[in-house]
Order: sequence, then structure tokens, then C-alpha cells
Amino acid sequence: MPLNIASWTCPRPLQNYPTIVMGHGSGGKMMADLIQHLFAPLFDNDLLAQLGDSTTIGLSRIADGLSPDDMRHAIRDMRLAFTTDSFVVSPLVFPGGDIGELAVNGTVNDLAMSGARPLFLSAGFILEEGLRMETLGQIATSVAAACREAGVQLVAGDTKVVNKGHGDGLYINTSGIGVIAPGVNVAPNRAQPGDAVIVSGTMGDHGMAIMSVREGLEFETRIESDTAPLNGLVQAMLAAAPGGEHVGSPIHCLRDATRGGLAAVLNELAAASGAGIEFEERRVPVRPEVHAACEMLGLDPLYTANEGKLVAIVPESQAEAVLGMMRTHPLGQEAARIGRVVAGHPGLVVARTAIGGSRVVDLPAGELLPRIC
Amino acid sequence: MCLGIPGKVIEIYEVNGMKMGKVDFGGVVKEACLAYLPDLKVGDYTIIHVGFGISQLDEEEAQQTLALLREMDMLAGELDAP
Amino acid sequence: MKYIDEYRDEALTRGRLDEIRRTATRPWTLMEVCGGQTHSLLRSGLDQLLPPEIELVHGPGCPVCVTPLELIDKAIALASRPEVIFVSYGDMLRVPGSERDLFSVKAAGGNVRVVYSPLDSLKIARENPDKTVVFFGIGFETTAPANAMAVVQAKNQGLRNFAMLVSHVTVPAAICALLESPDVRVNGFLAAGHVCTVMGYWEYEPLVEKYHVPIVVTGFEPVDIARGVLMCVKQLEEGRAEVENAYARAVRREGNRPAQAVIHDVFEPCDRPWRGIGVIPRSGYRFREAYRDFDAELRFPEVQTIATQESSLCMSGLILQGLKKPNQCPAFGKECTPQTPLGATMVSSEGACAAYYRYGRLAEVQTPNPQIQTGQAG
Repeated sequence: MPLNIASWTCPRPLQNYPTIVMGHGSGGKMMADLIQHLFAPLFDNDLLAQLGDSTTIGLSRIADGLSPDDMRHAIRDMRLAFTTDSFVVSPLVFPGGDIGELAVNGTVNDLAMSGARPLFLSAGFILEEGLRMETLGQIATSVAAACREAGVQLVAGDTKVVNKGHGDGLYINTSGIGVIAPGVNVAPNRAQPGDAVIVSGTMGDHGMAIMSVREGLEFETRIESDTAPLNGLVQAMLAAAPGGEHVGSPIHCLRDATRGGLAAVLNELAAASGAGIEFEERRVPVRPEVHAACEMLGLDPLYTANEGKLVAIVPESQAEAVLGMMRTHPLGQEAARIGRVVAGHPGLVVARTAIGGSRVVDLPAGELLPRIC
Repeated sequence: MCLGIPGKVIEIYEVNGMKMGKVDFGGVVKEACLAYLPDLKVGDYTIIHVGFGISQLDEEEAQQTLALLREMDMLAGELDAP
Repeated sequence: MKYIDEYRDEALTRGRLDEIRRTATRPWTLMEVCGGQTHSLLRSGLDQLLPPEIELVHGPGCPVCVTPLELIDKAIALASRPEVIFVSYGDMLRVPGSERDLFSVKAAGGNVRVVYSPLDSLKIARENPDKTVVFFGIGFETTAPANAMAVVQAKNQGLRNFAMLVSHVTVPAAICALLESPDVRVNGFLAAGHVCTVMGYWEYEPLVEKYHVPIVVTGFEPVDIARGVLMCVKQLEEGRAEVENAYARAVRREGNRPAQAVIHDVFEPCDRPWRGIGVIPRSGYRFREAYRDFDAELRFPEVQTIATQESSLCMSGLILQGLKKPNQCPAFGKECTPQTPLGATMVSSEGACAAYYRYGRLAEVQTPNPQIQTGQAG
């Protein structure tokens, strides 16, 4: 979306600087201008407007994330979820999204995977000298839009500038706070033999979207990143079991399948829970374009990153209800049950192949590289 | 050495004197060099390795062999049936 | 995907497996030459579904695995030079040299780039006239036409800042060397389908005559490999030794003539060392006189003096010759893993050791568990 600097609130000081220079990070007037004219208007909320060294958040604001039912529990039963993540993706803008969107959704999703309702985010920007102001504006606008979509507020921020040659244009760190309702108990070690393994949708979209714009690997077909906030889907899933959120926890494990893809997540969950996992390759949903692109480059969708998909491990008795609920949600329409947790081969993930054979699906070795062999 | 994927030729043109084309791999389109397949036409299938067409896929042969294999399996199934 | 999915069909694969079961009356040892076939076998679990009489040993058909350690060190030396942009296929980036790999050169700020097609390296050369682009020309005969075309184009376009580090290997000489070896216990070969797509299979006819060993040109998908095995076993049971084509949709006896012409224009056969095996006469390609200007080793003569030592723990050579299986190596899974590879058969995802580790034979990875069905009962 092309940005028009002239349309920003009193942008005149910024117009003198088409690119970021070291002065924008040194705490003086230039930095104040950057905050006042670029960041603040995008993230207009009373908490950020405090503009103090730290942002004060009354506990009553956290209570806003809980229901009246939840509030009947003692304060010492309340749990916060807190996470941080840094985003260094290159290119900054890719089919289906940009680093700003990724930075918000990534942290929102980490909170959601603990069963939390995400509430507040901070964002630290590390800008490379020479970054175009327009690009920064575009990314900041994405961050704001992503926050609105996820229902979180950006309440604290920081900006630093590094010399040209460091920083790949822009790095972002986001941290996030969420609140976990009493009775919700989602953790990587809770998988039990007999549990169903469910994925929320197609695998490999984000990784292949990035590959498709990497130098030398461009395809003409648009494969889009699936970056999305999963907190709404998770809340729907938690409510899907009879009795709602508070009668035991209908969901044992949740994990978003980011770097390392589905294979990494299944291995982590199997190891943490001390159980084995078996799944059928045929049941893993993959878009035809992603399948084709992987075949061409010699890559495997099981190991390819996602940014808007989760893996859930739920007791068999809840599986149909949870799956049904997922499929009514825009981000879970292609949800599929792919396998189950087993007592055998603890820590190992085994796939039943398309021809009826079996193979161990190990942790990925490192960054995925296209191959000729 | 090995990774060769079949795709359908949807366009042919020339670049720097080389025959080039757009090839459709089940929905993903990528450019490839077709200099080694002078008889290849739009609509033909080719096997692409590192961005080069190395062979024209013989569709008739493929269909015939698949049909033969399926028939053999059917017959074998009938023979095994009690 | 058309012309791929049909050959991954479970029923068609089972049909071939049943036929193999009906045909084999005694044990046979077959070698699949190509790393891509190894990869496919293990990824699909086909190797476990074959009847117990059939043993598959994995041959040296992985150009990444057999690239001599020296050449990797030369590549690293070139990539470390500030005036060089080193361009390679992805496979080579994690192959360890004596001290490090191309990936770590990249991490340390070296200009190392991955491409899909060798023509992309010409684009990089045009866009960076102040640097020399060195392309790592590895591969079997399948990749030679593409690598050759890049050089032809560089010459035609007068690209002075382009060079190639050549590490090509050819298959027939290697099969010959294996058959000449006193330890050989391979009864039949599945020849590499895409190599034959380029070179044809007429070169194997004198080999089957001389050694009386069947050679079946085989593709890469489970149905293709099962068919190749079946045809080979049939020949063995019937006492025949012929060259047969089980990949006829892609391979003709004469191969791809225009591609062969360009290969012969640019390259000539030479002796080549194969990592883990040793020098095999006339098993590689080097630039002909007319193209020697593009030889990176001549452009940067100081790399010619690089010599290396292999790890004494690594037995890739024996594995590449099919004499040992990866899980018979004492270092397998311990000192040697995909994260800490000692030799190329563990580094390259095509290498037999990496494929074994990654796709893991359940029975070998942990104590057999009665709940899991491995082997032919599955």
C-alpha cells in the first residue's frame, strides 16, 4: 500500500529526512519528532500516551481480560503470560505480509499458545541508517493494523539506530503480556497416549512465500504468507468443550508451527511429554502451490515454517468438538486431525507414508536449503 | 543429479539466443531454459533440472504403462481371490 | 502434480511389491546408484516394504558426497576472498571442509549465494562488474548440460568476471570401478534415471556384456523404484543380464543429443578423485582448452596448492561402495550426526548416512517395540 507522507499528522519534520539517519536514534529532537509524528499517531492509546520511561498498567486493566466468572477466583490464582520475540526476516515485505505484521502476530501467538488472552505489547525497533522513512512508515502502519486485528494495545516502545551495514534495514523485538483464565492448563508436557493431534490448516505457506522472493528462487505464482493472530481461534477452541473454559482443560497442548515447521513442533511436544506421536502424511493439509514449489526445490512442507497455524493435542473425547469449532473459524477452516499420541517410542515422531510405509520424522537439521540432488 | 520435476510448457520465447519458456508445475510457474529440447512445443510436458529442460516426457508411454500396471494388478487380484 | 502423484500411488506400489514377492526365490543384492533414489526409498518407507530376500545397497550416486574434501577447501578459500561472490547450489553449503563449511563463510560475512539455476549466476556477474563470480559446478551428467550452458553464455556475452570451479563426476566409470572391485557383492544395478535422460543408456551395454550384471534404468518415485527392482529381480531369476529401461517416459537409449553435444563442446573426460573411494580413471569432466579461461583454479592459481586430510573415523568410502551400511559405522549417531557430520555422506541430505539418520530405521533407533510394525508386515 503506497504511503503518502504528506497525509501524516504534521509530517513536516519527517519530510526533511527521506531516510533514517543516526540522529533519529540519539534521543534528541530528531528522535522526538520521529516518535511524535510517525509512531504516536499510529498507536493512539492512553497507555502509550503516558510517554514515561515505563508504562503503568493498573491491574484493573488486566482484569478487563477476564470474565466476571474468572474474577470470582482469588487474585493469587490469576496467571499472567509473558513472552518476547525478535523478528529479523528479510525481505522486510513479502507476499502476504511484512515484518511488522509478523512481529505482532508472532508474540500474540506465543501468548495464545499458553492459553492466554493477549493484552499488551511492547515494540523495540532497531533501524539501519539509510532505511527509507516511507518503509518505516509502512511497517509501523502494519504493526498498528495487526494490533487492532488481534485486539491488543501497543503500550511501550523503543527506537535505536545502527550504522549502515548492520541490521538488514529493520529488526523488531516485541514483548507481550496476556492473562490466563483459571482452569486453563495448556503446557507442552501434557500430551497423553490416546490424545488426538490436530493442525489448524495448511502447512508450509509462510516458508515458501519467503523462498519465493529470495534471489534466484523466484516463482511467478503468488504463494502468500499465512501470518495471522491465533488468539481468537484458541479462545474458541478452549470454549468448545462441554462446560466451557473452566471445567478441566479441554486442550492439553498448543504450539504454533513456526521455524522448523510441523516436524519441529511434533518433536518438541513428544520430547516434553515423554510420549510418541504417530501421524499420517496424507492427512497433513498442504496447498497445491506449496506442494509444487517444495517438489521443485527439493524441500519438505513438514519442515517449512508457518506463521498462522497451530498444532493442538486434545483428549480423544474432545477431539470432534474442538475440530468442529475450529472449522467454523476463519483461521481453522482447513483444520484436520492428522494423528495421535502413543505410548510407544517415547520422544519419537513416526509418519505413515503415502505408500503405507513408515519413517521417523526427525528434528530438522538447520536452515532449509534448496537442493539439486 | 536427481531432482527433476515434470511440468507443462505454457509459453516459449528467446533470451540471449537461447530457447526459454514458462513451465507450469501443478500451479507454480517458473521460467526454464529449453535449449536442449528443440522439438518441444507449448502444451508438451518436460522434466526440469536446475532450471533446464532435459527431456520431453512421453505422455503416451506414461499413460500406457500406468494402464498396463493397473490391469496387471487387477488380474493378479482376481487370481488371488478365493 | 501430474506425472508425479500417479507414481506415488499406494495400490500401484503394492502391486509391484507383490510381484517382487512372487518372483524372488532367493536373496539378491541390488545397488541403487543415485542419491535421489536413496532419498526417495527411505522417505517413502519403501525399503522396509521390500521382501526380505531383496537387499538394497546405496551407491555413490551423490555428487555432493563424492566431491573431494580438497575441492571443498578450495571453494571455501575462494569464497573467503573479498573480491569474489561465490555462488553454489544449496546442497554444498553445509558440506564440511577440513575446518568449516561454506555456510559459516557466509555467516562470517563472505559473499556466498545460493542459486536454483546456473544461469542465475550469470545475472549476478552482470550486476556486479567489480567482483568475480565463481560458480561451484558440481553434479553428475544430469547437471553438466546446465553448467556447460552457463559457461557458453558467459563466453558469448563476453562476461570476464565469471569463473567456474569444476567438480563433475560421471557414472559409468564408477559402476565399472565397483564391478572391478574384488569386494563387490552387487548382483544388479538400478541406474540413475536422470543421468540416463541426458546420456542415454547405450554406455551400459558393454558393461552388462562384460560383467553379466543386469542394469535397469530406474526413476525416482516409489512405483518407479519398485518397477526397477522387479525388472532387475526378474532378470536375475531368469539368468539374463541386459540393460532395460523402467523410466521410458523420460529416457531414450540415445539420451539427449543436443545436451551431450554442449557437454562435449565445453568439457572433456579426466581422471577424478571420489571422496572416500579414490581416483577413478576417466570419471570426471574438466574444461576443454577453448574454455579454460573460465576455470576458477586457473583464474586463482593459489588454490591449487590446497591439500587435505580426511577424518580417520569416517567410513563414507565403504558406504559409498555399498560395503557397509551407515548403522554399521561406530561413529554413526555418536560423533557423527547431521549437526556434526564427519563426512559427506552424513552432510548431504542425499547421503546414505544422513538419510538413515533422518528417516531412521525404527528398529535400529531404539529397542523394537511390539506396538510398532516395521518391516514387511506393515
